[in-house]
Amino acid sequence: MIKRVSVLLLLLAVGAIFATLLAGYEADPELNLTARYYADRTAADIGAANIVTAIVVTYRGLDTLGEVTVLFLSAAILGLVLAQGRKREQARRERVPAGELLTTGTRILAPLIMLLGVHVFVNGHLTPGGGFQGGAIVASGVLLLLLADPVKHFAHGLIAAVESLAGIFYVAIGLLGLLLAGGFLDNRFLPTGELGALFSAGAIPLIYSLIGLKVGAEFSAILADLSDTEEL
Amino acid sequence: MIAYLAMATGFLLILIGFYGALTNRNLLRMIVAFTIADSGVNLVIVAVGYMRGRTAPILDATVPAADAAARIIDPVPQALVLTAIVIGVGVTALMLAYAYRLYEKKRSLDIAKFMDLKW
Repeated sequence: MIKRVSVLLLLLAVGAIFATLLAGYEADPELNLTARYYADRTAADIGAANIVTAIVVTYRGLDTLGEVTVLFLSAAILGLVLAQGRKREQARRERVPAGELLTTGTRILAPLIMLLGVHVFVNGHLTPGGGFQGGAIVASGVLLLLLADPVKHFAHGLIAAVESLAGIFYVAIGLLGLLLAGGFLDNRFLPTGELGALFSAGAIPLIYSLIGLKVGAEFSAILADLSDTEEL
Repeated sequence: MIAYLAMATGFLLILIGFYGALTNRNLLRMIVAFTIADSGVNLVIVAVGYMRGRTAPILDATVPAADAAARIIDPVPQALVLTAIVIGVGVTALMLAYAYRLYEKKRSLDIAKFMDLKW
């Protein structure tokens, strides 16, 4: 009883804070200084049509490298935590095969979903989307494959290879920026090209494609690890 | 108006998430509650960047680079939320993995059964 009341009191207090925040909120009529800088300079400096991509990949590229590292760490720890003390043989228990509908549907849909994911991260500098979104879409295709054929042993080795190669090339491109252009992860060692063209914005399409592959591989590894826990 | 609506929804989602995390005893339900609160935070941050009558921060024929500053909404909160969503996925996956290990150990997901760190 006391617990319920204290939870309710806490929620009321937090809700009161939120209500004050909401009541005092006024939308800015103009962009603030940082946003204005990005809006004015992205086209000339970076050459990317999508300003959010320019911020994520180039202006704050180091943070994105850190973000990808955090994701890698969580995928690695998850694999470690789940694999601990598990016997490999026990994991290969008989599972109910997926239905006809799911199997056939997967054959049609999985390649299309993967293609959409690749499209989203290759066009990350032009349209909404990018490496993280495209990677998540690719991983959803992998999830469909896992659902349709849970008996098949999943290619952990391939996923790990794609993931580490993408990571190495990401850092290598960052170092190339340091050597050939203005700084670490500077995209301008490749020509920035015409605004809105596929081959534009210097190294951004390359970097975002690598991020897409890396994120897709990491999410797939998480999904594969979690799906191996089914027999409990 | 839209910004207020989105922000109020976001705050409400955060409160729902807190309530769920504080009152449920099942670990999986607590994890779901945390992800709801997470979505609420993201919604609030995106709503802060919204500006009336402006469009997405993508340059094209209708939004020329020359007067982009007068035509687009704030791109910074969107970049922040992009990061937050990805990290949120990692956190959720880790929580699920720990919940699995705890279940393996005690054969229960009831938080009251885990007394090891209680004093």
